Amino acid sequence: MVQNTNQVEGRAVPEKTLGEIQVDNPRMSARNVNVFYGEKQAIDNISLDIGMSQVISFIGPSGCGKSTFLRCLNRMNDTIDICKVDGEIKIDHQNIYDPAIDVVSLRARVGMVFQKPNPFPKSIFDNIAYGPRIHGLAASKVELDQIVESSLQRAGLWEEVKDRLDQPGTGLSGGQQQRLCIARAIAVSPEVILMDEPCSALDPIATAKVEELIHELREQYTIVIVTHSMQQAARISDRTAYFHLGKLVEVGDTKQVFTNPRHELTQDYITGRFG
Amino acid sequence: MSFTNLMLTVLVISALYFIAGQRVARALRSNNAGKLHSLPHYHGVWAAVTSALPALFVLLTILIGKDLLFQFWARDYFPEDVMNGDTVDRAIALAKVSNVINGISFGEVEPWVQAAGDAWIRWDANAIVVANSLVLAVSLVGGLLGYRRINLAFRSRNYVERILTWMLIGSSLVAILTTIGIVLSVLFESIRFFKLIPPQDFLFGLEWNPQFEGAERAGSGGGTATYGMVPMFVGTFLISAIALTVAIPIGLFSAIYLAEYATPRIRGIVKPLLEILAGVPTVVYGFFAALTVAPFVKSVGESMGLEVASESALAAGLVMGVMIIPFISSLSDDVINAVPQSLRDAAYGLGSTRSEAVRQVVLPAALPGIVAAVILAVSRAVGETMIVVMAAGLAANLSFNPLDAVTTVTSQIVTILVGDQEFESAKTLSAFALALMLIITTLALNYFALQIVKKYREQYD
Ligand SMILES: Nc1ncnc2c1ncn2[C@@H]1O[C@H](COP(=O)(O)OP(=O)(O)OP(=O)(O)O)[C@@H](O)[C@H]1O
Ligand SMILES: [Mg+2]
Repeated sequence: MVQNTNQVEGRAVPEKTLGEIQVDNPRMSARNVNVFYGEKQAIDNISLDIGMSQVISFIGPSGCGKSTFLRCLNRMNDTIDICKVDGEIKIDHQNIYDPAIDVVSLRARVGMVFQKPNPFPKSIFDNIAYGPRIHGLAASKVELDQIVESSLQRAGLWEEVKDRLDQPGTGLSGGQQQRLCIARAIAVSPEVILMDEPCSALDPIATAKVEELIHELREQYTIVIVTHSMQQAARISDRTAYFHLGKLVEVGDTKQVFTNPRHELTQDYITGRFG
Repeated sequence: MSFTNLMLTVLVISALYFIAGQRVARALRSNNAGKLHSLPHYHGVWAAVTSALPALFVLLTILIGKDLLFQFWARDYFPEDVMNGDTVDRAIALAKVSNVINGISFGEVEPWVQAAGDAWIRWDANAIVVANSLVLAVSLVGGLLGYRRINLAFRSRNYVERILTWMLIGSSLVAILTTIGIVLSVLFESIRFFKLIPPQDFLFGLEWNPQFEGAERAGSGGGTATYGMVPMFVGTFLISAIALTVAIPIGLFSAIYLAEYATPRIRGIVKPLLEILAGVPTVVYGFFAALTVAPFVKSVGESMGLEVASESALAAGLVMGVMIIPFISSLSDDVINAVPQSLRDAAYGLGSTRSEAVRQVVLPAALPGIVAAVILAVSRAVGETMIVVMAAGLAANLSFNPLDAVTTVTSQIVTILVGDQEFESAKTLSAFALALMLIITTLALNYFALQIVKKYREQYD
């Protein structure tokens, strides 16, 4: 579908990404990343910096590789057998695809929130405590309680659930579940949080809550968010990256990308001509 | 006409009606301005079915009914003493009569038996004539009635649909009724047994020794027969427990390996191999147990200074464990796979290692399904016969020692019913009582497993 649109429009995807792929103070930086699912190439030579304590949003038509690229950043693609990644992605000057790196601690540093809320079928408390427990972050029960409470507080869920921490997390509403998942990710004190369309299963009110939360979290965490909502990208992100057919077409300050896109494809997408 | 020929004739007639129905419908379609409601072949099927179904029904009724009816009438020929006797006397009388019909004779045939036999033969001859003419008439007339209803607006498509539905319902009814029939017959025989032996003696008796019954009658040996089922249930559970000790870890671990660790290629090879285990006939496991494992267990045990019976619960249990591995591994593999990928993603996304994700997320989520798999495997183990008959021995010891020879419910049933038995004896009937207990046990286990699975489904739907 996307391909057709591209041909009909007659607009070529540029060889080189337009805009500023580099930032002054990068938390992560990807260089010449290619991703293949078997024979099929899903990401074509993408280079991009993720700025420290910034929110960057990935936008683009369905199937253009946003999720795939996002999942490269904490090596979640390793769980897909046929997926092969080459290129270099660094976090604090350390290549995460270096064979010597410990994937488990990488994922503790780069947390992830998924499109569909996926709480464990355990109690609310155990959901949050899961990460601290497996990484041994709490020395005592008291400390664990503190981590759980502060994570829930930062996710804005504490008031709603403090009286029923022993009840199953799956019993919460969709929006609450998603904030629970965010709290669960925060509980291991990651440096970067990846979010793949975190609001797409939520109603507008729950979405507003999650957006507010992202807004507060940006001070402490670096956040990468995939979204299909242009308004959402405009509201919450500092930088915006536009993906098309596995390529990164353009990246820049959010305001600039939305008011003055450099490429016609970006222009078409944000004005709603396709996507 | 023989039964087969009659069937064939009915089928030929209905085939002819099919052709006729289809042709008349085609003719209607090409002649008329109006629209044919259903496609011609539906009309054909309709005509064929109206001819065949009632005819086959009549045929079946006559076949079943004629003997039942005669058995009822045959009483007129029975002498006084038979009629005054009990059901067994009457059954014997009937058997004598049917021997005459089949041309089997033991010495002198009593005149009333001969008379009854002759009457039965005449009755049969008449019944066949009636059956032939009635069945043919019904198939011709039924088909004709169906055929005459065919017109442009006739909704044969809908009727065929309805007939199909009923045929499907009928098939499942046959399966259900058969099950009910089996359970009821076991139940009635058990009730007869409980009239001879008080239920509490059977249910709680610690000694099983039906052999004395015959001995007593023959005048040799004293003592009385005892029918306590406890030793056999203990044996059954002992062997099942050994089997589960083997099968649960191996089955579960291989399921985890297959579902979570193996690459698709390895999985494609290993899974069918495991399932072959399930296809090995149990008699093969049985002689494997008796000829290889039991002597091995014995020699190992004796080298350690233990006393091991040459047929031991341990040998049978080990082999039975191997037999039920595929049940546990295959079912568990399915439930583990049914755990949503999103839960694994969540666990990995938080930095779990594979075994942490398996232990703390996947297995707890799959636990109800795994429990159900284990319970189904238990009910399989409890009902297993061949291995225990061949490898566990027949001695009804009340023992919890896996090195002793024990016996199980199923192998006792086999022992009781193999060879000649006296009908009506408590010994023979005890097999039914044992079977009833076995059915109740496995039914309860299966019900339990289903409840768990149902609850588990609700969790993710
Ligand atoms: N597990 C997989 N196996 C094979 N191909 C895949 C897999 N996941 C994604 N792809 C392919 O990779 C390409 C990029 O997919 P990706 O999920 O990254 O797109 P996306 O931009 O996130 O789309 P959406 O907005 O719909 O989520 C698509 O063409 C998709 O078909
Ligand atoms: Mg996606």
